[in-house]
Amino acid sequence: MFRRFVAPGILLAALIFAPCANSQTEKPKSPAPTEPGLDGWGRPIVPPAQDRKSAPAPKHDISGIWEGFGISGVGVLGATNMPEDGKPEHQPPYTAEGREALKLTKPSNGIRSVLPGETNDPVFKYGDPQGMPREDLYELRTTQILQRPDNIVMLYQFNKVWRVIWTDGRELPKNPEPRWYGYSVGKWVDDYTLVVETTGTDERTWIDRAGRPHSTDLRVEERFHRVDHDRLELTVTIDDPKMYTKPWVALDKFRFDLIPASFDVREMIWSPSEYEQYNKLMGNGSANDQ
Amino acid sequence: MRYKLGIVLALQVCALSAAPLFAHHGYANYDTDRKVTLKGTVTRWVWSNPHILVQLDVADENGRVAHWTVESENPSTLIRSGWNDKSLKVGDQVTITALPVKNGNPVGRIIDVLLADGTRLPGRVNPATEVKPEDSPKP
Repeated sequence: MFRRFVAPGILLAALIFAPCANSQTEKPKSPAPTEPGLDGWGRPIVPPAQDRKSAPAPKHDISGIWEGFGISGVGVLGATNMPEDGKPEHQPPYTAEGREALKLTKPSNGIRSVLPGETNDPVFKYGDPQGMPREDLYELRTTQILQRPDNIVMLYQFNKVWRVIWTDGRELPKNPEPRWYGYSVGKWVDDYTLVVETTGTDERTWIDRAGRPHSTDLRVEERFHRVDHDRLELTVTIDDPKMYTKPWVALDKFRFDLIPASFDVREMIWSPSEYEQYNKLMGNGSANDQ
Repeated sequence: MRYKLGIVLALQVCALSAAPLFAHHGYANYDTDRKVTLKGTVTRWVWSNPHILVQLDVADENGRVAHWTVESENPSTLIRSGWNDKSLKVGDQVTITALPVKNGNPVGRIIDVLLADGTRLPGRVNPATEVKPEDSPKP
């Protein structure tokens, strides 16, 4: 039976898909970079020093250009501290309502991944803003922080997004009109730690790339701790009693390194047209779009 | 009859393989235990987000040409490893090592690119989860 009916099919499929390439079985590894790159101005990209003895942190100051350490801020499987990898310890403490809401999100990565064409990820399907706290939990890369007398302005590399954190003593608004990035206020709890609270985020946004849901009751805490002159840490805690039985830490002491003020942060914008092109060329693997 | 059934099965395999399978940042589609060496001519160079893409024609010893598409990281990451928008152009002769996709289609993830002048451009490969700090580019 197998020889008569199945084998010819398998053989034909194998011939169709046989690639014109040499195949090896050695485990691939990332090759080392050959030389430093240049920025858009033709200047060498100076990496953050990894072994220097940093000066003490300045008080009440998190300004500067900060580079996320490595690629740990990418959050491809969801919140870096709570990736959706199937491990029970990485599951946020969902309420019953939270579990039901989770079923409605269809991410294109992680263990619940659907095909790209089937995702309802608002960022990838519609080009919606990431909003808060996803801005901290997905593609967190080089971040410029501008500190002013009454507020702090965050400039994110990914998609060139900015947001304002008010530090003038105002309280968070009561029952505000929802916004993609909500409303943020910050207070110094000691000389080196700024705690930012954000509420009023639009329900259409996801917590992270894995599609963790939130309600309008979401309250996000960002804790920026300046370890020394050259190092900043960010911890993000999610609190949404409708969706989660208790607050959970989505990002734990994420490391930022200070880079020179002359660094020109490169654009990293996922335009819908470029993303469509990527999906067209890679989406079906046919590689025939010339 | 039996050959018709065989052809039907083959077409079913084709249909499954042609379904959209990629999510950028994903390694689930790649065979991370293998690598392929592709020596060919660049037919398309896409320096853009979310990931750069190279298309190239690769001929085997019998002259049969396969049209490959391979990807690497985003430009912002790759410039730290010596890449730029002028790293490749249509017509360049290159040798690319890559992780192939599991389904056998001519699609891969770049391990590195060797240019005709001997320049080697490293891709990035982290099949685990792509969240290991130690795998980050060190500019």
